[in-house]
Amino acid sequence: MKARLRAIGAFWYDFVIGDDWRGAAVVAAALAVTAILAHKAGVNAWWLTPVAVLAALAWSLRRAVRAQRRSGG
Amino acid sequence: MNAVPLFLTVFVACAVEAVEALTIVLAAGLTRGWRPALQGLGAALAVLAVITAVLGPALSLLPLAVLRLVVGALLAAFGLQWLRKAILRYSGYKDLHDETGIYARETAAARSAAAGGRGWITDWYAFTLSFKGVLLEGLEVVFIAITFGSSQRDVGAAALAAVAAVVVVAGAGLVVRAPLARVPENTLKFAVGVMLTSFGIFWGTEGAGASWPGNDAALLAVVPAVAATAGLAAMVLRRLREASTAPASPAQTVPASETAR
Repeated sequence: MKARLRAIGAFWYDFVIGDDWRGAAVVAAALAVTAILAHKAGVNAWWLTPVAVLAALAWSLRRAVRAQRRSGG
Repeated sequence: MNAVPLFLTVFVACAVEAVEALTIVLAAGLTRGWRPALQGLGAALAVLAVITAVLGPALSLLPLAVLRLVVGALLAAFGLQWLRKAILRYSGYKDLHDETGIYARETAAARSAAAGGRGWITDWYAFTLSFKGVLLEGLEVVFIAITFGSSQRDVGAAALAAVAAVVVVAGAGLVVRAPLARVPENTLKFAVGVMLTSFGIFWGTEGAGASWPGNDAALLAVVPAVAATAGLAAMVLRRLREASTAPASPAQTVPASETAR
């Protein structure tokens, strides 16, 4: 039962998060900061999430390329 | 917002997943028999229909801001995965998705697997192969169709796009009776990754409480910005890859006689 639950959890993790959890973490953090700025400080930070997501993509690609170079690929 | 981008995004995303599912069903059907393969397909479609019937109306009950925040975050994370893979494949840092190779591996495994059925299923291997393949690829279809449809409050258009994609791919599979290897899968995945990420950014930001300059028209800037950044990244990585794997030119190679001097 435990193994099955773990397998289900692993499937959903892989499904939504995938190979690099940092991308999902950046998305979550950017949206959280956008919400805080909008609701607590009255700042309309519409630009924050696009910039953060594109930076996360670049970061993730850089990590993937470096990892492959280290492994000799 | 116009339903055309919604329809096209869901259609292309679903078509890509349907191509992958078709490869597995064909491998099961042509090597082990069509009856268990189609039983697996039918069972997976039934499970997917139940998931859609439960999740679709449940998501529609959520307030639009909450829904867009959650769906935006999920789509942006999901879209980043698609984009990352498509860029790495384009630039040669990851192997291309090879439907012909996958089909060959699946048929070889299917031929060597033991026969035997359970109850009304005459061949358990073919049934589970087809069931798992369709269910796993279909979950992505359901995820994309439901999130897009509910955020846009137009589940009908999303469902229609998903069904149309499955019908087109299944029809092509019936005609060709082979994996659809000529479909430019990586290019389609790149395009879908751009759309998923862009809509994720757009809806997530709206759900978080910020408002876009120009409202819905902002998508006309977000989509090209994501596409341009991803395209640039793909080109840069491809050049880096080519530079690192290219053999040294004669001008760069120092002959042994030169080094000996």
